[in-house]
Amino acid sequence: MSLSISKILQKRKSSVLEKWIQNQLSDEGLRDDLISNDELRASSEELVDILATNLNDTNIEDANSEDFEPVLEIIAGISLTRARQGFSPRETGLFVMGLKDAILSVLQEEMQEDPTSLFRESMKMIKLMDNFSIITFETFIKGREEVILRQTDEIAEISTPVIRVWDGILALPIIGTLDSARTQVVMENLLQEIVQTGSSLAILDISGVPAVDSLVAQHIIKTVSATRLMGAECIISGIRPEIAQTVVHLGIDLSTIITKATLASALKYAFSILKLEVRKTQKEKTTLL
Amino acid sequence: MDRIPILRMGPFLLVTIQVDLYDRLALTLESDLVQMVNKTGARGVLIDISAVEIVDSFMGRIIGNIASMSKILDAETVVVGMQPAVAITLIELGLPLKGVYTALNVERGMQLLRSMIDLDEDQDEDEETDE
Repeated sequence: MSLSISKILQKRKSSVLEKWIQNQLSDEGLRDDLISNDELRASSEELVDILATNLNDTNIEDANSEDFEPVLEIIAGISLTRARQGFSPRETGLFVMGLKDAILSVLQEEMQEDPTSLFRESMKMIKLMDNFSIITFETFIKGREEVILRQTDEIAEISTPVIRVWDGILALPIIGTLDSARTQVVMENLLQEIVQTGSSLAILDISGVPAVDSLVAQHIIKTVSATRLMGAECIISGIRPEIAQTVVHLGIDLSTIITKATLASALKYAFSILKLEVRKTQKEKTTLL
Repeated sequence: MDRIPILRMGPFLLVTIQVDLYDRLALTLESDLVQMVNKTGARGVLIDISAVEIVDSFMGRIIGNIASMSKILDAETVVVGMQPAVAITLIELGLPLKGVYTALNVERGMQLLRSMIDLDEDQDEDEETDE
């Protein structure tokens, strides 16, 4: 009776673990800044344990077998945390691949006398571990995508605040590209705020918009027209020289819109419309002390 | 048949639309309003649409029509209290209501109308003194 791979794995669990950890520690790319040796050992040990418990002669050829669910869970957990911790795909991949090397070298020691079964068992093991590696990558990428999606949501949320700069003057700094979806949000927020505060002037500051093409200009014109329909006036500020150049080169007509170079000059203009005056006080304030 | 009341306030006409404007009602309003402007010699028309929540392109056109007709009869039109959703809809329909003055609420609308009439009268006086 030839030795089966599962029995070998169970018997030599600790030496597999030692070899694997040795492999990982000797690797030049070990990120001991991201993960401590203890943590590494703990997660490796957990994986080897679970694999040894669940592997048997029947399921070795079927990576989708239900027996491997706990194993996959652990692999997925490890790759997800690694994706969040900022490991590179290569490092995460090598983590699982390293286990394969360790198991294979143990197999070699155990089956030295029987090359045929060594080859057969090795092939099975390689296939199984390859499947595990693929799953690792899939979950790793999924983890990364979650991070990206969360960041996109956060950017969309933080970038449309409506600020009340003065009684009757609202300011709306736009940061990031203006697409249709964002214009909709910006427009709704602005109009809602105009109704709530009864402001008659709104300043749309586009200094944070990286580029203006005809579509973005279209969106800006729409927002200005909607504000006018509500009975308020909208001033566009923060137009950089490059943006002015592109707008003219594209042949976009912004002559119906009040445009100012900076938020300060827009505010000044708004004050003049509201017949407000900002001036220095003549008298020095007497301060205590 | 339903009619939207048109109130007279000095040199201005005040219309508040409190119900959803269906097409026939809007057409009646248009003709009533023009008649009224002609009869009273009003200098301004103030339309309050703060209670209107749904508009279509027809409604947008009627408002534009009223403004143009009043303009011919020497009266300015101010639309006040438009809801944000209505404003967005009109823009998406491609109806920016050119030639119509807008204000946030009735009070500001009245202020706007008064300032426009004052301006006109000032100009008239200037012209007379020039002569």
